[in-house]
Amino acid sequence: MAKVLKEEDLIKNGKRCDGRGFEDLRPIIVKAGVLKQASGSAYVEWGRNKVYAAVYGPHEVFPKHMTNNYKALINARYIMAPFSGLDDHSRSGPNRRSIEISKVAKHVFENVVLTNLFPKTMIDVHMEVMQSDGGTRVASITAASVALADAGIPMRDLVCGVSVGKVAGELLLDLDKYEDNLGGSDVPMIFAPRNGDLLLYQMDGMLSKDEVERAYDMALGACKKIRVLQENALKEKYKEVFEKIKGGENGNNQGSY
Amino acid sequence: MAIIKEVTEAFVKDLVKNGKRQDSRDFSSYREIRVEKGIIQNDEGSALVQLGDTKVLCGIKFDLMVPFPDRPDEAVVMVGAEFSPMAHPDFEPGPPREDSIELARVVDRAIRSADCIDSSTLPRTEEKVMAIFIDLHILDNCGNLIDAASLAAMAALKNAQVPKINGEGKIIREDFSGPLALKRSAVVCSFEKIAGRMVVDATEEESTASDGRMSIGVTDDGLVCCGQKSGAAGFSKQELLDLIDLTFEKSKSLFKAIE
Repeated sequence: MAKVLKEEDLIKNGKRCDGRGFEDLRPIIVKAGVLKQASGSAYVEWGRNKVYAAVYGPHEVFPKHMTNNYKALINARYIMAPFSGLDDHSRSGPNRRSIEISKVAKHVFENVVLTNLFPKTMIDVHMEVMQSDGGTRVASITAASVALADAGIPMRDLVCGVSVGKVAGELLLDLDKYEDNLGGSDVPMIFAPRNGDLLLYQMDGMLSKDEVERAYDMALGACKKIRVLQENALKEKYKEVFEKIKGGENGNNQGSY
Repeated sequence: MAIIKEVTEAFVKDLVKNGKRQDSRDFSSYREIRVEKGIIQNDEGSALVQLGDTKVLCGIKFDLMVPFPDRPDEAVVMVGAEFSPMAHPDFEPGPPREDSIELARVVDRAIRSADCIDSSTLPRTEEKVMAIFIDLHILDNCGNLIDAASLAAMAALKNAQVPKINGEGKIIREDFSGPLALKRSAVVCSFEKIAGRMVVDATEEESTASDGRMSIGVTDDGLVCCGQKSGAAGFSKQELLDLIDLTFEKSKSLFKAIE
Protein backbone atom coordinates (compact mmCIF):
# COMPACT_ATOMS: atom_id res chain seq x y z
CA MET A 1 0.00 0.00 0.00
CA ALA A 2 1.23 3.46 -0.84
CA LYS A 3 2.01 5.43 2.29
CA VAL A 4 1.12 8.93 1.08
CA LEU A 5 -2.45 8.49 -0.10
CA LYS A 6 -4.56 11.62 -0.35
CA GLU A 7 -8.32 11.90 -0.11
CA GLU A 8 -8.61 12.55 -3.87
CA ASP A 9 -6.71 9.31 -4.62
CA LEU A 10 -9.42 7.22 -2.99
CA ILE A 11 -11.86 7.56 -5.88
CA LYS A 12 -10.80 6.99 -9.48
CA ASN A 13 -13.19 6.71 -12.45
CA GLY A 14 -16.19 6.14 -10.22
CA LYS A 15 -14.48 3.29 -8.36
CA ARG A 16 -12.91 3.14 -4.92
CA CYS A 17 -9.28 2.17 -4.42
CA ASP A 18 -10.17 -1.46 -3.73
CA GLY A 19 -12.33 -1.60 -6.87
CA ARG A 20 -15.67 -1.34 -5.12
CA GLY A 21 -18.55 0.86 -6.30
CA PHE A 22 -19.87 3.55 -3.94
CA GLU A 23 -22.59 1.36 -2.48
CA ASP A 24 -20.74 -1.96 -2.32
CA LEU A 25 -20.01 -3.84 0.88
CA ARG A 26 -16.69 -5.58 1.41
CA PRO A 27 -16.83 -9.40 1.36
CA ILE A 28 -18.35 -10.57 4.66
CA ILE A 29 -18.13 -14.01 6.24
CA VAL A 30 -20.21 -14.81 9.32
CA LYS A 31 -19.79 -17.97 11.38
CA ALA A 32 -21.82 -18.97 14.44
CA GLY A 33 -20.75 -21.16 17.35
CA VAL A 34 -16.97 -20.94 16.97
CA LEU A 35 -15.99 -21.07 20.67
CA LYS A 36 -16.87 -23.98 22.91
CA GLN A 37 -16.83 -22.48 26.41
CA ALA A 38 -19.11 -19.57 25.62
CA SER A 39 -22.90 -19.87 25.77
CA GLY A 40 -22.92 -18.44 22.27
CA SER A 41 -20.25 -17.16 19.91
CA ALA A 42 -19.59 -15.86 16.43
CA TYR A 43 -16.77 -14.89 14.11
CA VAL A 44 -17.00 -12.21 11.47
CA GLU A 45 -14.55 -11.48 8.70
CA TRP A 46 -15.45 -8.20 7.09
CA GLY A 47 -12.92 -7.27 4.45
CA ARG A 48 -9.71 -7.34 6.47
CA ASN A 49 -11.52 -6.98 9.80
CA LYS A 50 -11.47 -10.12 11.92
CA VAL A 51 -13.70 -10.13 14.96
CA TYR A 52 -14.75 -12.68 17.58
CA ALA A 53 -17.81 -12.30 19.76
CA ALA A 54 -18.79 -14.42 22.74
CA VAL A 55 -21.82 -14.34 25.02
CA TYR A 56 -22.04 -15.70 28.55
CA GLY A 57 -25.24 -15.93 30.50
CA PRO A 58 -27.82 -15.12 31.62
CA HIS A 59 -25.95 -15.71 34.89
CA GLU A 60 -25.86 -14.35 38.44
CA VAL A 61 -25.13 -10.66 38.67
CA PHE A 62 -21.69 -9.58 39.75
CA PRO A 63 -21.27 -7.26 41.65
CA LYS A 64 -24.46 -8.29 43.43
CA HIS A 65 -25.72 -4.83 44.37
CA MET A 66 -26.22 -4.08 40.66
CA THR A 67 -29.04 -6.67 40.51
CA ASN A 68 -32.21 -5.47 38.83
CA ASN A 69 -35.34 -7.25 40.02
CA TYR A 70 -37.20 -6.66 36.76
CA LYS A 71 -34.72 -7.30 33.99
CA ALA A 72 -31.36 -8.73 32.98
CA LEU A 73 -28.36 -6.45 32.89
CA ILE A 74 -26.21 -6.39 29.81
CA ASN A 75 -22.49 -6.02 30.05
CA ALA A 76 -20.80 -5.30 26.73
CA ARG A 77 -17.05 -5.25 26.26
CA TYR A 78 -15.36 -4.21 23.01
CA ILE A 79 -11.61 -4.49 22.81
CA MET A 80 -8.84 -4.46 20.20
CA ALA A 81 -5.87 -6.84 20.28
CA PRO A 82 -2.49 -5.08 20.58
CA PHE A 83 -1.48 -6.49 17.19
CA SER A 84 -4.74 -5.72 15.40
CA GLY A 85 -3.74 -2.48 13.70
CA LEU A 86 -1.21 -1.65 11.05
CA ASP A 87 0.52 0.84 13.34
CA ASP A 88 2.80 0.23 16.33
CA HIS A 89 2.14 -2.29 19.08
CA SER A 90 -0.54 -0.84 21.34
CA ARG A 91 -1.23 -1.53 24.99
CA SER A 92 -3.68 -4.33 25.63
CA GLY A 93 -6.88 -3.63 27.50
CA PRO A 94 -9.54 -0.97 27.15
CA ASN A 95 -8.81 2.64 26.25
CA ARG A 96 -11.10 5.67 26.10
CA ARG A 97 -12.28 4.84 22.59
CA SER A 98 -13.11 1.22 23.35
CA ILE A 99 -14.90 2.12 26.59
CA GLU A 100 -17.16 4.50 24.66
CA ILE A 101 -17.88 1.90 22.01
CA SER A 102 -18.64 -0.71 24.69
CA LYS A 103 -21.19 1.67 26.16
CA VAL A 104 -23.08 2.40 22.95
CA ALA A 105 -22.94 -1.29 22.02
CA LYS A 106 -24.54 -2.15 25.35
CA HIS A 107 -27.42 0.21 24.55
CA VAL A 108 -27.95 -1.56 21.22
CA PHE A 109 -28.41 -4.91 22.92
CA GLU A 110 -30.60 -3.45 25.68
CA ASN A 111 -32.98 -2.46 22.93
CA VAL A 112 -33.36 -5.85 21.25
CA VAL A 113 -32.80 -8.41 24.01
CA LEU A 114 -35.95 -9.31 25.93
CA THR A 115 -34.25 -8.52 29.23
CA ASN A 116 -37.51 -8.64 31.19
CA LEU A 117 -37.57 -12.44 30.71
CA PHE A 118 -34.45 -12.85 32.86
CA PRO A 119 -34.78 -10.71 35.98
CA LYS A 120 -31.88 -10.66 38.47
CA THR A 121 -29.39 -11.92 35.89
CA MET A 122 -26.64 -10.57 33.72
CA ILE A 123 -25.63 -11.24 30.12
CA ASP A 124 -22.01 -10.69 29.13
CA VAL A 125 -21.27 -9.76 25.53
CA HIS A 126 -17.58 -9.81 24.62
CA MET A 127 -16.34 -8.45 21.31
CA GLU A 128 -12.67 -8.73 20.38
CA VAL A 129 -11.05 -7.31 17.30
CA MET A 130 -8.13 -9.43 16.11
CA GLN A 131 -7.50 -7.40 12.97
CA SER A 132 -8.87 -3.97 12.20
CA ASP A 133 -9.48 -2.22 8.91
CA GLY A 134 -12.16 0.38 9.51
CA GLY A 135 -15.68 -0.37 10.69
CA THR A 136 -14.68 -2.63 13.57
CA ARG A 137 -17.51 -1.50 15.83
CA VAL A 138 -20.21 -2.39 13.32
CA ALA A 139 -18.48 -5.70 12.55
CA SER A 140 -18.23 -6.43 16.29
CA ILE A 141 -21.88 -5.68 17.00
CA THR A 142 -22.94 -7.68 13.94
CA ALA A 143 -20.94 -10.62 15.33
CA ALA A 144 -22.23 -10.13 18.88
CA SER A 145 -25.80 -10.22 17.69
CA VAL A 146 -25.20 -13.63 16.09
CA ALA A 147 -23.49 -14.77 19.30
CA LEU A 148 -26.54 -13.71 21.34
CA ALA A 149 -28.82 -15.68 19.03
CA ASP A 150 -26.42 -18.62 19.22
CA ALA A 151 -26.67 -18.45 23.03
CA GLY A 152 -30.43 -18.85 22.68
CA ILE A 153 -31.23 -15.43 24.10
CA PRO A 154 -34.58 -14.15 22.86
CA MET A 155 -34.37 -10.92 20.87
CA ARG A 156 -36.71 -8.73 18.86
CA ASP A 157 -34.35 -8.74 15.92
CA LEU A 158 -30.86 -9.67 14.77
CA VAL A 159 -29.11 -6.33 14.72
CA CYS A 160 -26.42 -5.42 12.24
CA GLY A 161 -24.90 -2.32 10.80
CA VAL A 162 -22.44 -0.60 8.55
CA SER A 163 -20.80 2.76 8.32
CA VAL A 164 -21.33 5.37 5.64
CA GLY A 165 -18.88 8.19 5.08
CA LYS A 166 -18.12 11.07 2.81
CA VAL A 167 -14.89 10.84 0.88
CA ALA A 168 -13.85 13.31 -1.81
CA GLY A 169 -17.41 14.65 -1.98
CA GLU A 170 -19.07 11.25 -2.45
CA LEU A 171 -21.10 9.23 0.03
CA LEU A 172 -19.54 5.79 0.35
CA LEU A 173 -20.88 2.66 2.03
CA ASP A 174 -18.70 0.59 4.37
CA LEU A 175 -15.52 2.64 4.72
CA ASP A 176 -12.21 0.84 5.03
CA LYS A 177 -9.32 2.16 7.12
CA TYR A 178 -7.92 4.49 4.44
CA GLU A 179 -11.29 5.95 3.60
CA ASP A 180 -12.04 6.39 7.28
CA ASN A 181 -8.73 8.10 8.06
CA LEU A 182 -8.55 10.36 5.03
CA GLY A 183 -12.22 10.96 4.35
CA GLY A 184 -14.27 13.88 5.62
CA SER A 185 -16.84 12.08 7.70
CA ASP A 186 -17.77 8.69 9.04
CA VAL A 187 -21.16 7.58 10.32
CA PRO A 188 -21.36 4.09 11.83
CA MET A 189 -24.95 2.93 12.19
CA ILE A 190 -26.58 -0.14 13.68
CA PHE A 191 -30.16 -1.06 12.82
CA ALA A 192 -32.86 -3.45 13.79
CA PRO A 193 -33.48 -4.26 10.13
CA ARG A 194 -37.03 -5.55 10.62
CA ASN A 195 -38.49 -2.21 11.63
CA GLY A 196 -35.63 0.05 10.53
CA ASP A 197 -34.97 1.41 14.03
CA LEU A 198 -31.61 3.09 14.38
CA LEU A 199 -29.93 1.62 17.47
CA LEU A 200 -26.45 3.05 17.20
CA TYR A 201 -25.54 6.30 15.54
CA GLN A 202 -22.18 7.97 15.88
CA MET A 203 -20.96 10.59 13.53
CA ASP A 204 -17.92 12.67 12.92
CA GLY A 205 -17.35 15.12 10.11
CA MET A 206 -19.90 17.29 8.36
CA LEU A 207 -22.89 16.24 6.28
CA SER A 208 -25.97 18.08 5.08
CA LYS A 209 -29.40 16.92 6.25
CA ASP A 210 -29.96 15.51 2.79
CA GLU A 211 -26.76 13.51 2.99
CA VAL A 212 -27.69 12.17 6.42
CA GLU A 213 -30.93 10.89 4.98
CA ARG A 214 -29.15 9.27 2.05
CA ALA A 215 -26.59 7.72 4.39
CA TYR A 216 -29.40 6.25 6.47
CA ASP A 217 -31.05 4.71 3.41
CA MET A 218 -27.76 3.33 2.09
CA ALA A 219 -26.92 1.74 5.43
CA LEU A 220 -30.36 0.25 6.02
CA GLY A 221 -30.35 -1.23 2.51
CA ALA A 222 -26.99 -2.86 3.17
CA CYS A 223 -28.14 -4.14 6.57
CA LYS A 224 -30.87 -6.17 4.96
CA LYS A 225 -28.14 -8.00 3.03
CA ILE A 226 -25.96 -8.47 6.12
CA ARG A 227 -28.92 -9.86 8.05
CA VAL A 228 -29.28 -12.67 5.52
CA LEU A 229 -25.64 -13.62 6.17
CA GLN A 230 -26.31 -13.67 9.92
CA GLU A 231 -29.34 -15.91 9.52
CA ASN A 232 -27.45 -18.26 7.23
CA ALA A 233 -24.60 -18.55 9.73
CA LEU A 234 -27.03 -19.62 12.46
CA LYS A 235 -28.79 -22.10 10.18
CA GLU A 236 -25.43 -23.50 9.12
CA LYS A 237 -24.45 -24.13 12.74
CA TYR A 238 -27.65 -25.97 13.52
CA LYS A 239 -27.28 -28.03 10.38
CA GLU A 240 -23.96 -29.23 11.84
CA VAL A 241 -25.52 -29.91 15.24
CA PHE A 242 -28.26 -31.90 13.53
CA GLU A 243 -25.69 -33.99 11.62
CA LYS A 244 -23.86 -34.68 14.87
CA ILE A 245 -27.01 -35.89 16.60
CA LYS A 246 -27.85 -38.08 13.64
CA GLY A 247 -24.33 -39.55 13.82
CA GLY A 248 -24.90 -40.15 17.54
CA GLU A 249 -27.94 -42.27 16.87
CA ASN A 250 -25.81 -44.70 14.92
CA GLY A 251 -23.68 -45.27 18.01
CA ASN A 252 -20.93 -43.05 16.67
CA ASN A 253 -20.83 -40.64 19.59
CA GLN A 254 -17.27 -41.04 20.79
CA GLY A 255 -15.88 -37.99 22.43
CA SER A 256 -19.24 -36.47 23.32
CA TYR A 257 -20.20 -36.48 26.93
CA MET B 1 -21.58 -24.19 40.60
CA ALA B 2 -19.30 -25.49 43.34
CA ILE B 3 -21.15 -28.80 43.34
CA ILE B 4 -20.62 -29.24 39.61
CA LYS B 5 -16.90 -28.75 40.15
CA GLU B 6 -16.90 -31.41 42.87
CA VAL B 7 -18.82 -33.87 40.74
CA THR B 8 -16.55 -33.27 37.74
CA GLU B 9 -13.49 -33.71 39.90
CA ALA B 10 -14.72 -37.01 41.35
CA PHE B 11 -15.76 -38.22 37.90
CA VAL B 12 -12.41 -37.41 36.28
CA LYS B 13 -10.43 -38.96 39.15
CA ASP B 14 -12.54 -42.07 38.99
CA LEU B 15 -11.91 -42.44 35.28
CA VAL B 16 -8.17 -41.85 35.64
CA LYS B 17 -7.90 -44.44 38.42
CA ASN B 18 -9.38 -46.93 35.95
CA GLY B 19 -6.88 -45.90 33.29
CA LYS B 20 -9.46 -43.99 31.22
CA ARG B 21 -10.15 -40.47 30.03
CA GLN B 22 -13.38 -38.70 29.17
CA ASP B 23 -12.55 -38.44 25.48
CA SER B 24 -11.10 -41.98 25.35
CA ARG B 25 -7.51 -40.81 24.72
CA ASP B 26 -4.66 -42.63 26.43
CA PHE B 27 -2.64 -40.78 29.06
CA SER B 28 0.13 -39.74 26.71
CA SER B 29 -1.88 -38.61 23.68
CA TYR B 30 -2.46 -35.07 22.55
CA ARG B 31 -5.77 -33.93 21.13
CA GLU B 32 -5.82 -32.98 17.46
CA ILE B 33 -3.40 -30.09 16.82
CA ARG B 34 -4.25 -27.56 14.15
CA VAL B 35 -1.93 -24.66 13.35
CA GLU B 36 -2.82 -21.83 10.98
CA LYS B 37 -0.04 -19.35 10.34
CA GLY B 38 -0.32 -15.81 9.04
CA ILE B 39 -4.00 -15.38 9.72
CA ILE B 40 -3.58 -11.71 10.70
CA GLN B 41 -2.13 -9.48 7.98
CA ASN B 42 -1.75 -6.23 9.93
CA ASP B 43 0.94 -7.60 12.25
CA GLU B 44 4.37 -8.99 11.46
CA GLY B 45 3.66 -12.62 12.32
CA SER B 46 0.69 -14.58 13.63
CA ALA B 47 -0.64 -18.05 14.30
CA LEU B 48 -3.87 -19.60 15.51
CA VAL B 49 -3.35 -22.87 17.37
CA GLN B 50 -6.17 -25.23 18.20
CA LEU B 51 -5.52 -28.00 20.63
CA GLY B 52 -8.79 -29.91 20.53
CA ASP B 53 -11.26 -27.15 21.38
CA THR B 54 -8.68 -24.87 23.01
CA LYS B 55 -7.95 -21.85 20.83
CA VAL B 56 -4.98 -19.51 21.22
CA LEU B 57 -4.14 -16.71 18.81
CA CYS B 58 -0.65 -15.23 18.83
CA GLY B 59 0.26 -11.96 17.13
CA ILE B 60 3.72 -10.50 16.78
CA LYS B 61 4.63 -6.84 16.45
CA PHE B 62 8.10 -5.36 16.12
CA ASP B 63 9.13 -2.06 17.66
CA LEU B 64 12.34 -0.18 18.38
CA MET B 65 13.47 0.09 21.96
CA VAL B 66 16.46 0.99 24.08
CA PRO B 67 18.09 -2.37 24.92
CA PHE B 68 18.53 -3.65 28.46
CA PRO B 69 21.83 -2.21 29.77
CA ASP B 70 23.27 -5.68 30.48
CA ARG B 71 22.42 -6.92 26.97
CA PRO B 72 23.13 -3.99 24.65
CA ASP B 73 23.13 -6.08 21.46
CA GLU B 74 20.20 -8.35 22.11
CA ALA B 75 16.68 -7.89 20.83
CA VAL B 76 14.11 -7.25 23.52
CA VAL B 77 11.48 -9.99 23.72
CA MET B 78 8.20 -9.36 25.51
CA VAL B 79 5.50 -11.98 25.96
CA GLY B 80 2.03 -10.95 27.09
CA ALA B 81 -0.97 -13.17 27.67
CA GLU B 82 -4.55 -11.95 27.57
CA PHE B 83 -6.99 -14.31 29.30
CA SER B 84 -10.00 -12.92 27.56
CA PRO B 85 -13.30 -13.25 29.43
CA MET B 86 -14.51 -14.57 26.09
CA ALA B 87 -12.54 -17.75 26.69
CA HIS B 88 -14.00 -19.01 29.96
CA PRO B 89 -16.77 -18.14 32.45
CA ASP B 90 -14.17 -17.75 35.23
CA PHE B 91 -12.00 -15.27 33.34
CA GLU B 92 -12.70 -11.66 34.21
CA PRO B 93 -11.61 -8.50 32.46
CA GLY B 94 -8.94 -6.43 34.12
CA PRO B 95 -5.21 -6.44 34.67
CA PRO B 96 -3.44 -9.80 34.20
CA ARG B 97 -3.98 -12.28 37.01
CA GLU B 98 -1.46 -14.77 38.31
CA ASP B 99 -2.43 -17.51 35.85
CA SER B 100 -1.95 -15.32 32.81
CA ILE B 101 1.33 -13.93 34.15
CA GLU B 102 2.57 -17.47 34.81
CA LEU B 103 1.61 -18.58 31.31
CA ALA B 104 3.31 -15.62 29.65
CA ARG B 105 6.45 -16.10 31.71
CA VAL B 106 6.69 -19.83 31.01
CA VAL B 107 6.33 -19.22 27.26
CA ASP B 108 8.83 -16.35 27.53
CA ARG B 109 11.35 -18.51 29.37
CA ALA B 110 11.09 -21.33 26.84
CA ILE B 111 11.79 -18.97 23.94
CA ARG B 112 14.39 -16.89 25.74
CA SER B 113 16.41 -19.64 27.34
CA ALA B 114 16.40 -21.71 24.17
CA ASP B 115 17.98 -18.63 22.55
CA CYS B 116 15.51 -19.04 19.68
CA ILE B 117 15.81 -15.57 18.21
CA ASP B 118 18.97 -14.68 16.33
CA SER B 119 19.47 -11.03 17.37
CA SER B 120 22.57 -10.56 15.24
CA THR B 121 20.55 -10.58 12.02
CA LEU B 122 18.01 -7.99 13.16
CA PRO B 123 18.28 -4.37 12.02
CA ARG B 124 18.93 -1.70 14.67
CA THR B 125 19.65 1.99 15.03
CA GLU B 126 22.50 3.60 16.93
CA GLU B 127 20.78 3.54 20.30
CA LYS B 128 17.80 1.23 19.79
CA VAL B 129 17.38 -2.47 19.08
CA MET B 130 14.38 -4.44 17.82
CA ALA B 131 11.74 -5.30 20.38
CA ILE B 132 9.56 -8.29 19.60
CA PHE B 133 6.12 -8.22 21.21
CA ILE B 134 4.56 -11.66 21.40
CA ASP B 135 0.91 -11.30 22.38
CA LEU B 136 -1.06 -14.41 23.25
CA HIS B 137 -4.83 -14.14 23.11
CA ILE B 138 -6.70 -17.02 24.72
CA LEU B 139 -9.95 -17.27 22.77
CA ASP B 140 -11.38 -20.54 24.08
CA ASN B 141 -10.07 -22.25 27.20
CA CYS B 142 -10.73 -25.97 26.97
CA GLY B 143 -7.59 -26.94 28.86
CA ASN B 144 -3.80 -27.02 28.49
CA LEU B 145 -3.29 -23.36 27.66
CA ILE B 146 0.46 -23.44 28.24
CA ASP B 147 1.18 -25.95 25.48
CA ALA B 148 -1.21 -24.27 23.08
CA ALA B 149 0.30 -20.86 23.86
CA SER B 150 3.89 -22.02 23.44
CA LEU B 151 2.99 -23.63 20.11
CA ALA B 152 1.21 -20.46 18.99
CA ALA B 153 4.16 -18.28 19.97
CA MET B 154 6.68 -20.49 18.19
CA ALA B 155 4.49 -20.84 15.08
CA ALA B 156 3.99 -17.06 14.97
CA LEU B 157 7.76 -16.50 15.30
CA LYS B 158 8.31 -18.86 12.39
CA ASN B 159 5.75 -16.87 10.44
CA ALA B 160 7.27 -13.47 11.37
CA GLN B 161 8.72 -11.04 8.83
CA VAL B 162 11.26 -8.46 9.97
CA PRO B 163 10.23 -4.90 9.05
CA LYS B 164 12.74 -2.42 7.61
CA ILE B 165 13.92 0.70 9.40
CA ASN B 166 13.92 4.04 7.56
CA GLY B 167 16.56 6.79 7.72
CA GLU B 168 14.89 8.51 10.66
CA GLY B 169 15.17 5.37 12.75
CA LYS B 170 11.47 4.44 12.47
CA ILE B 171 9.94 1.11 11.52
CA ILE B 172 8.33 0.94 8.08
CA ARG B 173 5.23 -1.19 8.45
CA GLU B 174 4.44 -3.54 5.57
CA ASP B 175 7.96 -3.36 4.16
CA PHE B 176 10.00 -6.38 5.14
CA SER B 177 13.63 -7.36 4.87
CA GLY B 178 12.87 -11.07 5.18
CA PRO B 179 11.75 -13.76 7.60
CA LEU B 180 12.84 -13.64 11.23
CA ALA B 181 16.01 -15.74 11.70
CA LEU B 182 15.58 -18.44 14.33
CA LYS B 183 18.44 -20.51 15.73
CA ARG B 184 16.17 -23.26 17.03
CA SER B 185 12.61 -23.96 18.13
CA ALA B 186 11.23 -24.68 21.57
CA VAL B 187 7.90 -26.10 22.71
CA VAL B 188 6.39 -26.84 26.11
CA CYS B 189 4.60 -30.03 27.19
CA SER B 190 2.43 -29.98 30.30
CA PHE B 191 1.42 -32.91 32.45
CA GLU B 192 -1.30 -32.92 35.07
CA LYS B 193 -0.95 -35.21 38.06
CA ILE B 194 -4.40 -36.67 38.65
CA ALA B 195 -4.90 -39.36 41.28
CA GLY B 196 -1.18 -40.09 41.15
CA ARG B 197 -1.11 -40.61 37.36
CA MET B 198 0.44 -38.28 34.77
CA VAL B 199 -1.91 -37.07 32.08
CA VAL B 200 -0.68 -35.16 29.05
CA ASP B 201 -2.68 -32.38 27.36
CA ALA B 202 -5.41 -32.25 30.00
CA THR B 203 -8.83 -30.88 29.14
CA GLU B 204 -10.33 -28.12 31.22
CA GLU B 205 -12.38 -30.63 33.27
CA GLU B 206 -9.30 -32.76 33.85
CA SER B 207 -7.29 -29.81 35.10
CA THR B 208 -9.93 -29.07 37.78
CA ALA B 209 -9.25 -32.57 39.14
CA SER B 210 -5.49 -32.12 39.02
CA ASP B 211 -3.28 -32.05 42.10
CA GLY B 212 -0.34 -30.47 40.31
CA ARG B 213 1.09 -29.63 36.94
CA MET B 214 4.54 -30.01 35.48
CA SER B 215 5.44 -28.12 32.33
CA ILE B 216 8.66 -28.93 30.53
CA GLY B 217 10.08 -27.01 27.60
CA VAL B 218 12.44 -28.66 25.13
CA THR B 219 14.29 -27.53 22.04
CA ASP B 220 14.34 -29.28 18.68
CA ASP B 221 18.03 -30.08 19.19
CA GLY B 222 17.39 -32.16 22.28
CA LEU B 223 17.86 -29.83 25.27
CA VAL B 224 15.53 -29.05 28.15
CA CYS B 225 15.01 -25.30 28.16
CA CYS B 226 12.36 -24.54 30.71
CA GLY B 227 10.39 -26.05 33.55
CA GLN B 228 7.52 -25.00 35.74
CA LYS B 229 5.77 -26.85 38.51
CA SER B 230 2.40 -25.57 39.63
CA GLY B 231 -0.13 -26.84 42.18
CA ALA B 232 0.31 -28.60 45.50
CA ALA B 233 1.39 -32.07 44.37
CA GLY B 234 5.01 -33.11 44.62
CA PHE B 235 6.96 -34.87 41.90
CA SER B 236 9.64 -37.46 42.60
CA LYS B 237 12.97 -37.46 40.78
CA GLN B 238 11.96 -40.51 38.78
CA GLU B 239 8.68 -38.91 37.83
CA LEU B 240 10.49 -35.80 36.61
CA LEU B 241 12.97 -37.80 34.55
CA ASP B 242 10.19 -39.90 33.05
CA LEU B 243 8.29 -36.75 32.14
CA ILE B 244 11.36 -35.29 30.43
CA ASP B 245 11.67 -38.46 28.32
CA LEU B 246 7.98 -38.28 27.50
CA THR B 247 8.34 -34.60 26.58
CA PHE B 248 11.08 -35.37 24.07
CA GLU B 249 8.92 -38.08 22.57
CA LYS B 250 5.78 -35.94 22.42
CA SER B 251 7.60 -32.82 21.21
CA LYS B 252 8.38 -34.46 17.86
CA SER B 253 4.77 -34.19 16.76
CA LEU B 254 4.53 -30.67 18.20
CA PHE B 255 7.56 -29.46 16.23
CA LYS B 256 6.09 -31.08 13.15
CA ALA B 257 2.78 -29.29 13.68
CA ILE B 258 4.37 -25.82 13.62
CA GLU B 259 6.75 -26.49 10.69
